[in-house]
Amino acid sequence: MIKKIKYFFNWILLLGSTALVCLVLGVILWDIFSKGMASVSWSFVSQFPTNGMTKGGILPAIVGTLLLTFITTIFAVPFGVACAIYLNEYARPSTLTNIIRASIRNLAGIPSIIYGLFGLALFVQALHLGTSVLSAGLTLGLLSLPYIITTTEEALKRIPNSMREATLALGATQFETIKDVVLPKALPGILTGVILTMSRAAGETAPILFTGVAFYINGITASANQEFMALPYHLYMLSTQHQAIEEVRPLAYGTATVLIMLVFVLNIIAFYIRFKHRTQD
Amino acid sequence: MDKIKLSAHNMNMFFGKKQILKNINIDFPENKVTSLIGPSGCGKSTLLRSFNRMHDLSPDARIEGEVKLDDLDIYDKKNSITETRKRIGMVFQKPNPLPKSIYENLSYALHIHKFPKKEIPGLIEKALKESYLWEEVKDELKKPAVKLSGGQQQRLCIARTVVLRPEVILMDEPCSALDPISTNKIEELILQLKENFTIVIVTHNMQQAQRISDKVGFMYLGELIEYDTAENIFKHPRQELTKNYVSGHFG
Repeated sequence: MIKKIKYFFNWILLLGSTALVCLVLGVILWDIFSKGMASVSWSFVSQFPTNGMTKGGILPAIVGTLLLTFITTIFAVPFGVACAIYLNEYARPSTLTNIIRASIRNLAGIPSIIYGLFGLALFVQALHLGTSVLSAGLTLGLLSLPYIITTTEEALKRIPNSMREATLALGATQFETIKDVVLPKALPGILTGVILTMSRAAGETAPILFTGVAFYINGITASANQEFMALPYHLYMLSTQHQAIEEVRPLAYGTATVLIMLVFVLNIIAFYIRFKHRTQD
Repeated sequence: MDKIKLSAHNMNMFFGKKQILKNINIDFPENKVTSLIGPSGCGKSTLLRSFNRMHDLSPDARIEGEVKLDDLDIYDKKNSITETRKRIGMVFQKPNPLPKSIYENLSYALHIHKFPKKEIPGLIEKALKESYLWEEVKDELKKPAVKLSGGQQQRLCIARTVVLRPEVILMDEPCSALDPISTNKIEELILQLKENFTIVIVTHNMQQAQRISDKVGFMYLGELIEYDTAENIFKHPRQELTKNYVSGHFG
């Protein structure tokens, strides 16, 4: 009997913790969506800000964030995936590779504002790229690299060695084995990691603060050397820096809603890829 | 006297500091089935895998001595490893079809070794027939290979090896993951294949070794204890250890 009560108590404890976490998440989402949905409309996402940003939409910020995420991805994915392939497939285990791995894990833990400072020093000043969407994208790319390397390496580790042996025994080179068997098999896992990293990069504020994001720009960012507006920074600005904070509060909530929906869409794509892959096996 | 196809001389192998194979001297006659038997951990799979350099990827593996395919020293740095593996194929313990269609599982190796495109369909049909798989799959060559049963997958892996026309086929306990009926089919297939190929097989199954082998090597703790015809090993073993093992006293 006591055992049963104990068992029941444990169960309630675990269920309670889970419920609490879900509740907090639910409250946050409900708060943002209930206050934000009123401002979200077609004109909100398709118009420029007007009247000192107290009216109008957030089109440049959406375009800026999409462009920024795009630059981040095309920079970080090839390097990250290549690095993970090297570490997992080619590098022999040694003190050096252990140090490299530990460094990569540590990079993932560095506060994002420090990446911002580093990006300012390297891309904006040393490489003379100026405060631009390119500098910001490269900075976010650096921030994303450790995540992409780690998730890709995990995906590669899940491919059993018997798959590699199959083609090696047929006289395929190691490169052919990786290209034709290992990568296609690991692709769903790699893509999931890439998309989740993208959704994280899309929401970052600190690294783009010094490297290219603008308070307001006239028109849409169309080339890589221009400054840009971005959703997270726009939100920060509307909620703390604007001269009429109370007046623009609905716009801030609307921006938050759009940003969350963007991240949701990315997460759903990642979820779908994983689900489709699981049903295939 | 049979022609010797594959041989190892004074071969020692180490994983780190641990010696796995101790002074192995063995030769495999052409177009015969040779079985390697012995208790788990005796080094028989390690020996088999060293014949097509499968240990190359293990960073701490070290091999001394000589392995020869005809006159080719396969551990000579000058020789291409991919070319050697084309001549010495391998079938593994668990069926490991490529994550591709049945047809692509066979065409893959032909493509990487640059066989003329025109010959490929014919070679594939021939290999599937030789592996007793053609009748079962000829209408669904586009189907993913993983949809086949375990026994069919293993025959596909054999066909995938056969299609390259290797000279030696190494088999590492090819039936240990299969049911008795599939095992039976594979054994029949092995007896058929030895007309065209030299076969070296590692097996745990004493009956299987008796049924299919011409020669048998008994290994124990990294040493080749006795190597003789199948009949002598099973009926008149010279070593006490061999006798105890084949009569089931340990293993």
